[in-house]
Formats: sequence, structure tokens, C-alpha cells
Amino acid sequence: MSFVWTLAEQHEGRLKGVSFELLGRGRALADALDTKLASVVIGDGVDAAQLEALVHRGADEVYAIQDPRLASFTCETYSNLLVHLIKTYQPSVLLAAATSTGRTLMPHVAVRVHTGLTADCTELAIEPGTGQLLQTRPAIGGNIMATIKTPDHRPQMATVRPKSSRPLPADPTRVGKVIAVPLDDFLVDDRVRVTGYRRDALDFVNLEEAEVVVAGGRGMKKAEHFDLLRDLADAWGGAVGATRDAVDRGWLGYPHQVGLSGKTISPRLYIGAGISGAIQHLAGIKTSDTIVSINSDPDASLHKVADFGIVGDLFDVLRELRRRLQERREEGPS
Amino acid sequence: MDIVVPIKQVPETSNVKMDPKTGTMIRDGVETVVNPLDLFAIETALRLKEAHGGTVTALSMGPKGAEKALREAIAMGCDGGVLVSDRAFAGSDSWATSYTLSQAIRQMGRFDLIVAGERATDGDTGQVGPGIAAWLDLPLATYVAAITRVDPDEGRLTVERLVEEGYQVLELPLPALLTVVKEIAAPRLPMLRGKKRAKAAEVPLYTAATMDLEPAFLGLKGSPTRVVKVATPKVTRGGTVVQAKDAEAVAGAVDRLLAFLDARDLLPHDGAPAGGAAAEQAGGRP
Repeated sequence: MSFVWTLAEQHEGRLKGVSFELLGRGRALADALDTKLASVVIGDGVDAAQLEALVHRGADEVYAIQDPRLASFTCETYSNLLVHLIKTYQPSVLLAAATSTGRTLMPHVAVRVHTGLTADCTELAIEPGTGQLLQTRPAIGGNIMATIKTPDHRPQMATVRPKSSRPLPADPTRVGKVIAVPLDDFLVDDRVRVTGYRRDALDFVNLEEAEVVVAGGRGMKKAEHFDLLRDLADAWGGAVGATRDAVDRGWLGYPHQVGLSGKTISPRLYIGAGISGAIQHLAGIKTSDTIVSINSDPDASLHKVADFGIVGDLFDVLRELRRRLQERREEGPS
Repeated sequence: MDIVVPIKQVPETSNVKMDPKTGTMIRDGVETVVNPLDLFAIETALRLKEAHGGTVTALSMGPKGAEKALREAIAMGCDGGVLVSDRAFAGSDSWATSYTLSQAIRQMGRFDLIVAGERATDGDTGQVGPGIAAWLDLPLATYVAAITRVDPDEGRLTVERLVEEGYQVLELPLPALLTVVKEIAAPRLPMLRGKKRAKAAEVPLYTAATMDLEPAFLGLKGSPTRVVKVATPKVTRGGTVVQAKDAEAVAGAVDRLLAFLDARDLLPHDGAPAGGAAAEQAGGRP
């Protein structure tokens, strides 16, 4: 029996990167508890090579429940299935990603199995002595870090902020069991029907899963100037973000908004350009690994939380940075 | 269409002050507001009411003072508010809160739809909406950015959820629970007439004594989670700030930035995003 579980996520048969990040987290916990780590895959069309990759990245067991009726996330059926699996196998810890899926499914399941759930954790550890899961998360707009336990209920459930840790390197020599679990009909709830996906190619962005986010605020002055940020983001294969102010001015669409009424992100690198650093925006970026601020105003709050700040004309600095990155690229790998 | 909107009273975030000794929030003298993300839920409900008739009732669990939040909701156009308040509910986590609210909703009577904000700006969990759906076994759509079709006769909605891959289009039957994001609608401001109505409105109070509740599910005692430590993270990172007043200084500043990024292995790798193979070999961050 496996005692630490992670919930893998897939879209259209492809496992998402966050599934591997969770395994890194889960591996550390399972090792501290001297127990097994299992990854649960709910979806359709995830091939054997990908399931094996979960083993290579830390899983001892993989439970794969695949069925065309599970291709798209609907809370009701996924919840029935996960509740059923929890009752059958009784894991001690269950981790999921703090994504639109994880943040919907996990609270639903926690209510039904009567256990605690901690949202959006950035640190997880096992308490020496008790073996209980210590779940640490930012709260009140990132102003505090709260450590939370679920002493008497199992499983101890947590959602984990994407990009808050790195996956383990793949180890092709790792051996584990891949177990296909059939979907019982009685678990299927077809009240909610997914009829498709709409994607605005021009103005859609997957901010939460980007390694690098280049964001602009009011200092960008107009929509066209965001092309500069897009060029920079492209250099890293990253995404463009924006403050509420920039979104409310119509410079970018809401999916780009970072902060209290938008997305909360933890990229490896966040570059804020022309962003004063309102507390609402800072709440969305505080757990970024590295913060760079570019602003002509030396008193901008973002400079104060930045690891590296440049005080100077925004556009001069951005253009120079773009030119230098292009130069590096043309010179080839260093 | 009869709609229930659960709302929360939260401290106004722009002036949150932390006690440096205890690491807890100083609540004294802090202005409270309706959770800003709940305003989108109220607006969504009011627009549905305007288009399809029915009522909108706001619901809030909290201290007695949360009545103010309900009156603000009424001032925006809600028909009424229900306050769920009792010392027995103090210290509820999202499990116990969603239980208590779902029992209040049962007691309020028939409804077609529950519209909630995505999360509250203080607790920031986003767990109460899905939790209520689980308690009441309601079809659930979270992160709803648009309601594209309403068929009140058939009792069906078509909505678009903002997810990582784009917008997931869902059809769901009523009664249902939606949590909504900012994109769905810009909230209106309260009107003078609404404010007058809000002042005069009766806000029923639900307490542990007037509700049908399992005592073991209430408050801190009924909450599966425990906060064991609260710490204030250091706000400043003590980073380097460099000046770039003229073209020469800009070049110098960008030089230093590139060197800084290089030292952290954050420069773009050729053809691959940062954090690729090299970062993985490094074994992640502490």
C-alpha cells in the first residue's frame, strides 16, 4: 500500500509538468515517512511511456484510471472516483496542484472524506516525532506564512503552488508498478457536460505554468509597448503578465492579470516593468524565485521586493535588454 | 431565478498591518469591506435577476459586524441578506465553514443557483465554494468567466471556465453552484436608493440555536485543520538597485542584470526555456 499520493494532471492525453513537480515533493515526504509514493492519473489517452515517466521521476506506483468519460475534468465524476480510491486504499497524504483542477477537486473531495485541506502550499515537510504533514502557505495577500496541520483526519490533503519546486531528474533505472484501474459506471456523474474549449490565440496565456513571466504596469503607457515585453518573454519561452491597472486600461486581457484579483504566480524569474508594486500586485508575485524590477521611479515598491532593480527609462532599458539577448542568441550557446 | 450569493467580510487589503511581535494581523481599526472578489458574484447574480427575474439573497458567516457587508450587498441591489453568526462558529476552517453555510442555505429554502466569488482576499483558499457544492451535491463550475446561455425553462446554463488551457465550455443543470472571476462582469456601485433600502432592510440572524447543525462539525472544534505557526516573511529581499540615467549607464545596468541572471542560471538557454535540463540537474531550490 502506498501512503503518499500525488494527483497527476493531464490535458488531451498529455501529462502536465506540474505532475512531476508534485512527485518531487511527494518523494521527499515518502522518504521521510519511509513509505511508498504513488501517483494517481485520471484522464484518457495518457500513454505507457508517460506513465513510466512518472516512475522515473519518483513514483513507486502509478494508478491510472483512463476512460473517454474522464478526458476532460468535471468535478463530480473526478470527485466520485478520487473519494472511492481514497476509501479503498487509505493514503495518508494526498497532494494535488493548485491549478484550476486541483483547487476545484480537492476541496470537494476533502468535504466528502471529512478531512482537512490546505490551499496553495509553498512548503511541505514531515514533522519529526509525530510524522505529521506540515503545510506552509502564504495568506493575507502574502503578508504571512501560516503552517497548518491536519492532526486527526486522513488523508492530509494539500494543494501545491505550481512552479514552487523543481521536478526530480528522470532516472530511467527506477522501477515501479503501473496499475490500470477500471472506471466503474456507478462513479460517472454526467450532470455537467464539457462541450469544448475556446482559446483566444491572440490573448491567452498560461501564466501559472510559465517559468519566466515578464509583466508590465501603468508605466508601459500603451498597449503597443507590450510588444517589447512579448519579445523579452519569447526569449525565455515565457509569458507576459500585467497589473490590474494595465488590464483595466484594456492593454491586455484578464488572463494576463497578476495579483489579488488575478493570478498568483511563482515563476523562476519575474521581471516587472513600469510596475509601481501595489500591495495587490505584490500578493500575486511574492513567491517568485527571482524578482527583477525596471522602473524610472526610484521609490517604486517593486524595487524594494526585487532581487535586482534598475532605475532608469523603462523603454531604453527594455530595448537594450532585448538587443543583448538577441546578440547572445546569434552568438550561439555560450 | 432565485440566487444565493455567499459573501465574506474581509479587512481592506491596502492597509493590512501585521504585528511584528506576534506575526498576526492587527484587526483593530482596520476598515472592513465586502471581499472584492465577491462583488463579481453579486454583479453576476444581479444581472441574471435583471434578465430572468427572481431574487438575489446575500449570505454571510462571520462576526455580528458582518451585517455591514450584507447591507452593502443590499445597497448594490440584492433583495435581502442572511447573517450566520455565533460564537460556536468561531475558528472554522474551510471544511467547517462550508458545512455551516450549506446548512444555512438549506434552511433558506428553495433556490436555483449559488454564485460565489473565486476566493476571499484574506484566507485566500478558494475552498468554500467547491465545499458548499459538495455538501449540497450541486453541479459545480469554478473560475467562470462568462455565462453564455441561460435556459430558465429547461433549467440549464452554459458557462465558460477560465482554465490553464483556455476557456472550458460547460453545460450544467440547475440548481448549480458557480464561482466567478473578475472577467465575468464589472460590479456596479451602490445607488442612493439602494443605500436607503439597505439601511431599512431586516437582516435575519441564523445562530447555532436556530439552525439544524451537527455540533461536532462547528467552529475550531469541528475543523480538521490547525494553524500551528504563523510567521511574517521578510518583505524586502535586500536586492541590488542600479541607476541607469543615460545610454552608457543603461548599457552598464543591463550588463550587470545579465551577469546577475547568469549567476542564477536564469539566462535563456539556446532554444529552450530557462529551468530546463540544467536547472533540473541542479536539484531544485532549497
